[in-house]
Amino acid sequence: MAIFINKESKVIVQGMTGSEGTKHTGRMLKYGTNIVGGVTPGKGGQSVEIEGKTLPVFNSVAEAVAATGANASVVFVPPKFAKAAVMDAIDAALPLVVVITEGIPVHDAAVFYAHAESKGTTRLIGPNCPGLISPGLSNIGIIPGDITGPGRIGLVSKSGTLTYQMMYELRDIGFSTAVGIGGDPIIGTTHIDCLRAFQDDPDTDAIVMIGEIGGDAEERAAAFISEYVTKPVVGYVAGFTAPEGKTMGHAGAIVSGSSGTAEAKKVALEAAGVKVGKTPSETAALMRAILNG
Amino acid sequence: MDLFEYQARDLFEAHNIPVLAGAVATTADEAERAAATMGGKVVVKAQVKVGGRGKAGGVKLALDAADARSKAEAILGMDIKGHTVHKVMIAQAAPIAEEYYMAILLDRANRNFLVMASVAGGMEIEEVAHTQPEKLARVGIDPNNGISREKALEIVKAGQFPEGVVNDVADVLLKLWAAFVAEDATLMEINPLVKTEDGRIIALDGKVTLDDNADFRHPAHADLVDHAAANPLEAAAKEKNLNYVKLDGEVGVIGNGAGLVMSTLDVVAYAGEKYGVKPANFLDIGGGASAEVMADGLSIILGDADVRSVFVNVFGGITACDAVANGIVKALEMLGDKATKPIVVRLDGNNVLEGRRILNEAAHPLVQQLDTMDGAAAKAAELAAK
Repeated sequence: MAIFINKESKVIVQGMTGSEGTKHTGRMLKYGTNIVGGVTPGKGGQSVEIEGKTLPVFNSVAEAVAATGANASVVFVPPKFAKAAVMDAIDAALPLVVVITEGIPVHDAAVFYAHAESKGTTRLIGPNCPGLISPGLSNIGIIPGDITGPGRIGLVSKSGTLTYQMMYELRDIGFSTAVGIGGDPIIGTTHIDCLRAFQDDPDTDAIVMIGEIGGDAEERAAAFISEYVTKPVVGYVAGFTAPEGKTMGHAGAIVSGSSGTAEAKKVALEAAGVKVGKTPSETAALMRAILNG
Repeated sequence: MDLFEYQARDLFEAHNIPVLAGAVATTADEAERAAATMGGKVVVKAQVKVGGRGKAGGVKLALDAADARSKAEAILGMDIKGHTVHKVMIAQAAPIAEEYYMAILLDRANRNFLVMASVAGGMEIEEVAHTQPEKLARVGIDPNNGISREKALEIVKAGQFPEGVVNDVADVLLKLWAAFVAEDATLMEINPLVKTEDGRIIALDGKVTLDDNADFRHPAHADLVDHAAANPLEAAAKEKNLNYVKLDGEVGVIGNGAGLVMSTLDVVAYAGEKYGVKPANFLDIGGGASAEVMADGLSIILGDADVRSVFVNVFGGITACDAVANGIVKALEMLGDKATKPIVVRLDGNNVLEGRRILNEAAHPLVQQLDTMDGAAAKAAELAAK
């Protein structure tokens, strides 16, 4: 098992014919991800060869699904066209859409998130995220496949490089699934969604949760942990020394109160029984102690 | 990007939201002329992107043009919470009968937009939100449905606006929503929204934040950038497309990915407690950085007179460690004798062995490599203390 992706994931790449798309399609194929085709509007009917595999290109996600039986997509489309690409995938009722693209306007993300919610058939991950990996099973996105192998830790993180760092710190133990949910103001899958899935996953024994300053997602995750999660969770929050962002006007303060600082997040997580490390390596040591304990 | 009040006023006006006459001035001369053109009483308002300027003496009523000149002279150059006043806005004065509140903003928690409206506007609105929450309407907006006239009326009534102004205030809300969407804003706040003694509804002060990610469809937003505010190092970094923020410490920090760089700042701060040193900056070279980008970044950090040591912390995902190593070697070649500060490097991940080999081979006397993030941070802090 694992969460969200496994050996049965059949993946199409939106934006596969672009340079980023081609490069990462190659990396995913090398890992063993079952990539079955790509979507580039206007290039339907062509095919491209990547890593020795001939992949058909379709004009739309619906066409790609009809022809290949794909059940997941990964989006490398540039910001200008990303909204249309994600809407296309949601309209095709694709169960999983992983949006790697960085720099999507938040109004566009709000529109496609609301559309996915109202249709209720698509799980969005991202945007502006590194994707997710179930080591040994499937790798969708840009997480390096060679950091570590399968194991029994679940990881959820806003930050890409901190995901890699934590996988590296715990590489001898391994991971069931590591999910980079992205740090944009509007994201599809949240810390809470991943915590729930890891709690319900029989192949995950313990969870690492990585957050960073901004918003109150970590505080809400802490409340969820108290309520639902019985597996051990260790946490790490980046940004204790980050310069204090100024609040514009009163609206932000009314909505988020005093939360958003790294300290507030740490306090909330500890109150929920989560052990919080001061550094990534200390966090890894806490996890190690729990698994050996 | 946060806008100045005068820029928010202009943007509101462009979207037909009722505002009073206003003009920006950078000298007392300009202020006097603007006030003379407007005629009558004016308000001279410091243009700073920070709250509390009224209490700091940055907002003054002027009786005529000559008075506006002397008020502008007093306000220009003032320091308000660390922000120097370079501009004032000359705004027409209006007799105010009532002060209301209206805002639209991005709501991260609910992943949509939020409208807030209240009959009780002005400086105490945060207090009102706590003590009289029933006076503050908070309504989530589905971006795919937007705000209909019916919905706008419902929100305004929930904000307890008096019957006589409900239609006009709803009208402002509809225009504010149109502006919010058209400009790709993440915040538009009108506080106060006033009723004048002659019964007009006017946006008297505004705060606007625009989404930088949407700049590609708003070429005009480039004109709103405040070049005067940028620190020279920040300006140089921006020119090279680097994500750099100057801080007040001694250890220069370069890393890849915002999360890892923030984490690096924390680790340096902890290690620095012992030596009385802190991080000097935030610099994220991003994903897939080339040797060129690394060299640009290192040059900027080494050009910071406050920096006494540098910590390069890279975990290669897409970024290849050999490119980072080549960037370091290249930057040091370019700088020659001008590079005098020790550089501690920690590389891991994509192509790490090649990266370490390149640095070992170059054997530059200023560069040393350590295996762990914590160890490298401790070394960089120690070197900055000397």
